[in-house]
Amino acid sequence: MHAIQYAAPRTLQDALEILQEYGAKARILAGGTDLIVQAGTGARSVDVIVDGKRIPELMHLAFDPADGLTIGAAVPCCRIYEDPQISRRYPGLADAVSIIGGMAIQGRASVGGNLCNASPAADSVPALIAYRATALIVGPKGEREVPVERFCTAPGRTVLGEDELLLSLHLPTPPPRSGAAYLRFIPRNEMDIAEVGVGVSLTLDEQGTISGARIALAAVAPTPLFVPEAGDSLAGSAPTEESFRRAAQIARDASRPINDIRGTIEHRKHLVGVLTRRALERALERARQAG
Amino acid sequence: MTTEKQYRVIGTRPVRPDGVDKVTGRAVYGADVTLPRMIHGKILRSPHAHARIRGIDTREAERYPGVLAVVTAEDLPDVDVVLAVGEGGDVNMRDASHNIMASGKVLYQGHAVAAVAAVSPHVALEALKRIKVDYEPLPPVLDVRKAMAADAPLLHEDLFTDTMGQRSEHPSNIASHLIAEEGDIEQGFREASVVVEREFVTHTVHQGYIEPHAAVAEWRDDGQLTIWCSTQGAFSVREQVAQILKHPISQVKVVPTEIGGGFGGKISVYLEPVAALLSRKAGRPVKMVMDRAEVLAATGPTPGTYMKVKVGADAQGNITAAHAYLAFEAGAYPGSPIGAGCTTVFAPYRLKNVRIDGFDVLVNKPKSNAYRAPGATQAEFAAEVVMDEICEKLGMDPLEFRRKNGAKEGDWRPFGPPYTRIGAIECVEAAQASEHWKTPLVKEAGSSRRRGRGVASGYWMNWGGTSSCTGRLNPDGTVALLEGSTDIGGTRASIAMQFAEAFGIAYERVRPQVVDTDTVGYNDVTGGSRVTFGTGYAAYALAKQMQREIAAKLAAIWEVDPESVTVEGDRYSAGDKSVNLVEAANLISEQGQQVVTSVTTTPHNRSGAFATHIVDVEVDVETGKVEILRYTAVQDVGKAIHPSYVEGQMQGGVAQGIGWALNEEYIYDENGSLRNASLLDYRMPTALDIPMIETILVEVFNPDHPYGVRGVGEVPIVPPPAAISNAIYDAVGVRMTTLPISPARLCAEIMAKNSARA
Amino acid sequence: MAISLMSGKVTVSATVNGEPTEWLCEPRETLLEVLRDRLGLTGTKEGCSNGNCGACSVLLDGRLVNSCLVLAVETEGAEITTVEGIRGEKGLTPVQRSFLEEAALQCGFCTPGFIVAATALLQANPSPTEEQIRWWLAGNLCRCTGYDKIVRAVQKAAAEMRGEA
Ligand SMILES: Cc1cc2nc3c(=O)[nH]c(=O)nc-3n(C[C@H](O)[C@H](O)[C@H](O)COP(=O)(O)OP(=O)(O)OC[C@H]3O[C@@H](n4cnc5c(N)ncnc54)[C@H](O)[C@@H]3O)c2cc1C
Ligand code: FES
Ligand code: FES
Repeated sequence: MHAIQYAAPRTLQDALEILQEYGAKARILAGGTDLIVQAGTGARSVDVIVDGKRIPELMHLAFDPADGLTIGAAVPCCRIYEDPQISRRYPGLADAVSIIGGMAIQGRASVGGNLCNASPAADSVPALIAYRATALIVGPKGEREVPVERFCTAPGRTVLGEDELLLSLHLPTPPPRSGAAYLRFIPRNEMDIAEVGVGVSLTLDEQGTISGARIALAAVAPTPLFVPEAGDSLAGSAPTEESFRRAAQIARDASRPINDIRGTIEHRKHLVGVLTRRALERALERARQAG
Repeated sequence: MTTEKQYRVIGTRPVRPDGVDKVTGRAVYGADVTLPRMIHGKILRSPHAHARIRGIDTREAERYPGVLAVVTAEDLPDVDVVLAVGEGGDVNMRDASHNIMASGKVLYQGHAVAAVAAVSPHVALEALKRIKVDYEPLPPVLDVRKAMAADAPLLHEDLFTDTMGQRSEHPSNIASHLIAEEGDIEQGFREASVVVEREFVTHTVHQGYIEPHAAVAEWRDDGQLTIWCSTQGAFSVREQVAQILKHPISQVKVVPTEIGGGFGGKISVYLEPVAALLSRKAGRPVKMVMDRAEVLAATGPTPGTYMKVKVGADAQGNITAAHAYLAFEAGAYPGSPIGAGCTTVFAPYRLKNVRIDGFDVLVNKPKSNAYRAPGATQAEFAAEVVMDEICEKLGMDPLEFRRKNGAKEGDWRPFGPPYTRIGAIECVEAAQASEHWKTPLVKEAGSSRRRGRGVASGYWMNWGGTSSCTGRLNPDGTVALLEGSTDIGGTRASIAMQFAEAFGIAYERVRPQVVDTDTVGYNDVTGGSRVTFGTGYAAYALAKQMQREIAAKLAAIWEVDPESVTVEGDRYSAGDKSVNLVEAANLISEQGQQVVTSVTTTPHNRSGAFATHIVDVEVDVETGKVEILRYTAVQDVGKAIHPSYVEGQMQGGVAQGIGWALNEEYIYDENGSLRNASLLDYRMPTALDIPMIETILVEVFNPDHPYGVRGVGEVPIVPPPAAISNAIYDAVGVRMTTLPISPARLCAEIMAKNSARA
Repeated sequence: MAISLMSGKVTVSATVNGEPTEWLCEPRETLLEVLRDRLGLTGTKEGCSNGNCGACSVLLDGRLVNSCLVLAVETEGAEITTVEGIRGEKGLTPVQRSFLEEAALQCGFCTPGFIVAATALLQANPSPTEEQIRWWLAGNLCRCTGYDKIVRAVQKAAAEMRGEA
């Protein structure tokens, strides 16, 4: 790694000032599990590293049934799944954050970093989209909110301006009788990057019919891929194998994977179908348990 | 001829002598060595798989602040010697020299072209960016079959094919064509009532030791060169460095550090000569440590292959003929383990009509190297899958087939003397008797999961090699045991145990140490499953020699005939005189004498180790993912000196075999650039990927060793890929003939089968 | 600007294995580099420097992390425990002892990482199942043992620490 400069500001204001001065040369450091690897291998050139972990807002994690869940951008994965209340309310998110890397990675890696790194294979992003999460961004001109499905624009690129940072993620409280799940396919059983990932959520009405559903995919497009038509196809249907298969087919048709070291186009498309169906089944089970 | 002998030490499970240091972090490995004034070296590597080097401009790097030396191939002398480096085979030192620093051409992505030494690794890396290399890219050859084509681009214009001593007319990428033949295969195939022929492809895999290569070199002004490094063979490093640098071997001392795994990959030198040159130029000690991407891209993985195997059997299940065509990728220079592939391919079987053709083929990939039972895993994968299909066609139990056709003492083997006493059949019988084999497997496991069971056998020859040991009797009756065989997996314990057994003392009273090349006699590399056998043999001989010397010294003190001194355990007696070892040591040192004894032995080892494995898998038929449910490894170990370490070797070998079977492979793009040079994308098994591995130790005495020891380290990697492929067939009915059997490959086959059926 | 950037060499103070420790380093140096090259704590190993192998495992404020993915400057004020800091009242801890007795190491290069990770596991969960042990240790690669004896060693240490053995 070439020589770098470093700061660990204690206030948002200080962090924003550094970003304003150094622009694209500066990067926020959360858990470092992407940034330090990329800087070390030269995959990303960084001159100024701004540690976000001493800024209280970035380390804030709170759930409140009225407001939902707020995840500070630098909160490590382990804090999310170790919180029993959050794990119970957001099992689809817990699915995702408990499989990012191994234990040592999860002690540092953040959901904010997972999103800002903008890898199409990021595991937490489809789960966030399924939960209708929004990203709260701050910059010199103040705050703005962006739905997570619109946050990533290309591999490694996001809507963040050079002088902006991600403050937190906000997930509304899941409605009653709803369930969510995230499933991914990897060749090993851990320590692997998704060949395909599928995050789903669905809500049942009092009769047990699906009133709404959301489906998002990882690793099958240049960015995490929200497939609204797949979820919408379920609205008003009974949660049957047939309706799940139909939604899975729509998701499969919407995916646009490439051949790379992690998978082939055929296998990935096929997996989208299989995993979407399986994730819907798991979400349904959870929705029924949630009662 | 299994022995019923009772041993005091052999067969027990003591804690290893180097253990405490290794669980507390005190043990010193290659990269842990630090010397005063030490600086750091880094290597510039080729981005091209095949290119001519038009020029290298290092001026800017030399001027970069903090840089103390820069070297290129111009700093290396011309050499032309062939050196035998044990399991690594014969190595042409000119090739070895060009491999560590490209000369004229780069032959694979990652090929070293220059090196820098600077005050810190970061500064050295920054300086590398300032070296300008002018490359003329050439078309790369990446596939073994394409490389064999007459019109393929040539890696070396001066390489000709050697076919059993005959040189080809035109230059070629095929370095050699081996042929082993016995009987008449045409006739044999005519006698067969079933014949199966299949093609196989396997991809390049890496040994995957967790410790990257590391070396520290200090070249003093008087020409004395000392190298600290993590290696499987300090003496081999000394020899290779001396040859490559044309420096007198007497001036090269190699100090082996602890070694973090090798599996065959830490025999050849990569960094040592370069660190030495940088040290000479800079006048300071130089440390070089590879990063993981360098380890994967630029050390010696084991070859990818193309293979074709054809076997015929009669209706009673007797093999009537077998033919193997094996083409191995040598990498950038000749020397794949094709010979071993030919020797092992059909080794578990008694064959009357057989032909084996083996090809050593150059491609633009790193020069391949030994990896645990080099060449055997690929070759036996092909043969064992074909055997399974023969059994299926005959409706015969696969273990019964292996028992019926099993190789025995006196049977033919390629290029070698007939087998001595071996345990091929005993392993099959122990597998048949195992709890695992007798427990039926339920095949259905939910709507999308199917289970299956497979078996496969494997063979790896043993090697004896040369070993030396020195023993020094301490005044308290303990022994300092100096060895030169680097200890990769607990051999200090297994050598000390054999010494203790033979010398009649407790294991705790032997203090083994692995020492440098100036301190002990010559030792061949730690490889070829030879250390517990060969260095154990030396330790046995040393114990006996020390007993004789002690007896002789006591005889002189007692003024009796040396022949009259008897040794019983640690007690030495003659007539009414009798002393234990402590008393003997004291008597001897009172005379101003010492017992310091050295031996060197080179035992024959004509034997080999066989294994039969059983595996149960569960296939997710919708995704192609395979889980290993249960695994049993049966192996003829001769005599288990330290059973825990024998089991550990078996379990470790199986785990590597499972990785090879399911996920490990080098993925190159069409330009020959390695795309998965990290441990995230080169997928070795994690703790979650394999179950507990059951071991069954069969002990068939090896007549070439006083305790009947056989090499145990290598054969356990051989059966897993075939056993797993056979189990997958049992589960889902598709024959997987390409390694690894990745989810994408298996899923595609399952889908093809389903659509053919529909 | 209210805050100035650190560059060149900076002073960092942290508690390492219970001892207050200060060192000078550049911001680009990882905790792994500082432990090994500046503090002489070479028990922590480098197998990949990319977070993929676990050989560099240490505890940072009690959490298991890969020291190759931590910048040393980040650890200002932190508590760091390396394998050298894992010691029992009578020398070895039950985890270290059972690794020896169960032959859970061959080359031993992965061992410091496994000792640190297993120690963290048994602090968090004194009675892990086999599956939980394998899950927790999945970030630590061992190429020699096939994990069988490592898992057994952790099970044995856990039983001993619970007072069952
Ligand atoms: C061994 C290993 C295994 C992995 N396995 C997985 C896996 O299974 N699944 C998966 O999805 N990922 C995986 N990853 C990738 C990585 O761990 C995750 O993407 C992680 O969530 C990143 O979070 P972080 O806090 O470490 O981010 P950092 O590395 O700190 O940051 C990532 C990027 O986001 C930027 N950034 C961070 N915070 C902010 C902010 N607040 N505002 C603006 N920009 C910001 C950084 O500048 C950087 O570019 C793995 C990585 C490793 C090394
Ligand atoms: S060296 Fe840190 S995880 Fe491999
Ligand atoms: S003991 Fe060698 S890597 Fe684990």
